[in-house]
Order: sequence, then structure tokens, then C-alpha cells
Amino acid sequence: MKKIGKQTYVLSNGVGIRCSHALVGEKEKQGPLGKYFKDFFTDDTFGQKTFEKAERHMLLTAIEDMLKRNNISISDLDVYIGGDILNQLVTSNYVAEQLQVPFIGAYSACSSVTESLALGSLLVDGGFCTKVLCSACSHFSAAERQYRYPLEFGNQRQAYSQWTVTGAGCSVLDKFATDMPKITKVCFGKVVDFGILDIANMGAAMAPAACDTLTAFLNDTKTAPADYDFIATGDLGKLGSDIFRELMSKNNYDIGNNYIDCGHMIFSSTQGCMQGGSGAGCSASVFSAYIYQKLKSKKFKKALLLATGALMSTTTNQQGDPIPAVSHLIMLEA
Amino acid sequence: MNKQQRNSEYLMYVENQSPKSAWFTSLLRAFIMGGTICCFGQMIGDVIKSFFPTMDILTVGAWVNISVITLTILLTAFGVFDLLAKYGGAGTFIPISGFANSIASCAIEYKKEGLVFGVGAKMFYVAGPVLVNGVAYSMIVGIIYFIISLF
Repeated sequence: MKKIGKQTYVLSNGVGIRCSHALVGEKEKQGPLGKYFKDFFTDDTFGQKTFEKAERHMLLTAIEDMLKRNNISISDLDVYIGGDILNQLVTSNYVAEQLQVPFIGAYSACSSVTESLALGSLLVDGGFCTKVLCSACSHFSAAERQYRYPLEFGNQRQAYSQWTVTGAGCSVLDKFATDMPKITKVCFGKVVDFGILDIANMGAAMAPAACDTLTAFLNDTKTAPADYDFIATGDLGKLGSDIFRELMSKNNYDIGNNYIDCGHMIFSSTQGCMQGGSGAGCSASVFSAYIYQKLKSKKFKKALLLATGALMSTTTNQQGDPIPAVSHLIMLEA
Repeated sequence: MNKQQRNSEYLMYVENQSPKSAWFTSLLRAFIMGGTICCFGQMIGDVIKSFFPTMDILTVGAWVNISVITLTILLTAFGVFDLLAKYGGAGTFIPISGFANSIASCAIEYKKEGLVFGVGAKMFYVAGPVLVNGVAYSMIVGIIYFIISLF
């Protein structure tokens, strides 16, 4: 392993992702990526009394299903790295308590999926761990009551707003999974603040973070967007990804046609989600169900995933502070 | 370029890029929805009056309010009201229905945190600011009215 440039780490052998699994809600299943989401649930309470419990249950079910189907025992896992968007990372904390695997909480809002995979791959590549479990998730109804209004409160959404994805994505990094899709480089992003105050306009808050990280990565590796056959951002939504393209072109990088945004992709325009999906579960479920599978079937050879996180707290936002944002990048190779 | 200048340029750019709500359709829908709710209230009032011709206008008004509030709370509980509000916007919010919905939806949502610190503490989470501002502005208007009436 070595560090190149300012922010990028090159993993010496690449760290294989043994398996990856997504579990989503009904609305996500009905979206354009529905055929890739094999596992879904229709009752948004998941048979639980609260939405927070439902989110937890969803994540635990996803992890247990994945481990069972791939014959991995919980005792084989060295570390669990997970993140979500509820206060104090409650979902991941409670699930970690159930699993009884040493736990590292990774908070970077909706960038949790790449943050946990990046940290996990460094631990494996450094020779400290053999198997690392990584996860990220979010639940629409739990996020809504923490960040916005009660569910039954009648109001209209702004045309530039996004819809929190109900979904969980989890993966197991394995030192010995050398024939599986691999993480070969990681790039940790800097927190940026472009002065966005409107909590509904997360795409605009996060686009500069994605631009900052991707520019740093391309400079560090001396490559261009055309060198990768797939580039995905986490949950910028349609508006955010248009802004991202524009910002990248100002940095003299043409993103080209190999670019998608998970948030823009997960819902269709007829589903009433305005600019698209958001939340830690958005990029996590799209990564596990779509990007990972495409890499596994060698449809993609070299891909970049930049999950993007709007690091706002409702308290500081109400106090008039702008929304900081961050984006962590992982490079994947088939 | 310093950060402040960069941010203000970026905010202007975002403002131009962000899609705006379609104001004409929004206004039209609000008009239809608000009008329908008010016509419904008037209808209740007229029906009550035809049954009780001697009832005074204030009592009739109170019954109209009670009916609209009850119906709103029922629709909120059945999960229908937020769909109507998505269509009608301010048309559903400005009449007393919006106020009733804001309290009922909070009561439903925060019941999970218990009756005292959930429902009790957070029932007026959305409606509270409306009440406080309503009282504050009425006081200001009252004082202005009092001063004018002196001359």
C-alpha cells in the first residue's frame, strides 16, 4: 500500500469484495432498478413498532441473509464498519450489538458506504484483518421524522428536493477473494462548504464535494474520466449531477457519458421523488445490487464510486449554519 | 478568489439552475382546494341553519369549525390528508384544516415516544410557531388599532 499525491491510497494487491447484498423497500423495487433489487419488503414498518426499529431490522436482515447465502459465519468477521443517517448512528450501533463483532461507526451521512468500504479495504490490505463487514442504510420514514416533518403532515415538496431511499447495502471484504471485484484505490474527501443553507437542496450542497474529491483523485492518479468505464456519484439527484458535471468541466474534466448518479437512477420521474433518491441506503443499495453485480459479470472493468454526504444537523441548520459536505471515493476493478 | 466570493457566485448559479415550482398550476390547485374546503364549510353551516333557524351566527360558525377539524383529523389518521395537501398546497393549509392536520400528524408521529414526552411535548411542534406568531401579531395590530382609535 502506498499513498500517491495528496489524498489517494493505492492498495498493493487490491481487496476483493467476497459478496454484496441489498435489501430495499417497495418504492425502490418499483423504480427503474427494480429488476436488480432481488430482495425487498412491502411493509415499511417491517412488522416493528417504530420506524427506527424497522430500519434496524432491515439492516440486520440484509446482513444475516448475505452471510447465510455465502456461508460466512459471524465469528469469521474481524471488524464491522457501518454507518447510517440517524442521530448517534443508532441503527448501526444496535445491529453491531446484535452481531457482537468489533465495531467501527463510520459517519459521513450518505457517503457512509464508500467511507466504510475504504476504511475496511485499508485494514485488509494492511494485513490487519481477513474479513471485514461493511454496511450503510437509511429508511425514508425514520429520516423524515428526524430531518423534516411528521409523515402525515400535509405539505408540498420543493421541486429541487430529494426522497430518502429505504434500503440497506452490505458487503464483506475478504483478503482471499482475489477473483472477485476488487477495491484497488481509495481517496478520502475533504469537507467542503459552498454556503448552501437550504436543507432541501442537498444536491447543490454535495456536488462541490464530489467535484473536489474526483478532481483530487484524477490529479493524484494522473488519469482522466475517460480512463474509467463507469463513474457513479452517490445521491446528487438530477440537479446535483448537472451541477457536478458543470463544476468538473470548469476544472477541465469532461465527465462524458459513462457517468450516472445513484440517486437519479433509483427512482423514475413519475414516482414523485423530484430530483431523485438520497440517503445512505441509496448509494449502498445501488452499489450492492447494481454496480457490484455488473463488476462481477465483467460488464464494468474499472469503475469509480463517489458516495456523497450532506453533513447537516437540524440544530446547526436552524441556527443559520450552511451545510458541509464530503465525498469519499473508491476505485473498483473487475 | 476568497471563499465568500466563491460561495455567493455558487449560490447565484444554483439559484438559476434549481427548478422552480410551477406557480400557475400551484395557484390554480390551491384555489380549487381552498375553495372546495370553504364551500364545504359553508354547506355545513347552511344545513345546520336550516335545521336550527334560531341558532346565532357565532354558534353556527363554531359547529362549522368543529366539523372541518374533525373531518381533517379523520383524513389525517387514514393517511389521506397528506395526499390532498400535496395537490392543494396552501389551499389545504390556510383554512383551519391545515392547523388541525399539523397537530394531528404530530400527535400520531410522536405517540411512539410516549404520551407525555411524545404526544404531550411535540403535538404543537409544527402548530406552535403558528400560534405564537398569531398571538404576537394580533397584539401588534391591537396596539396600532388602539392608537388610531385615540384620534
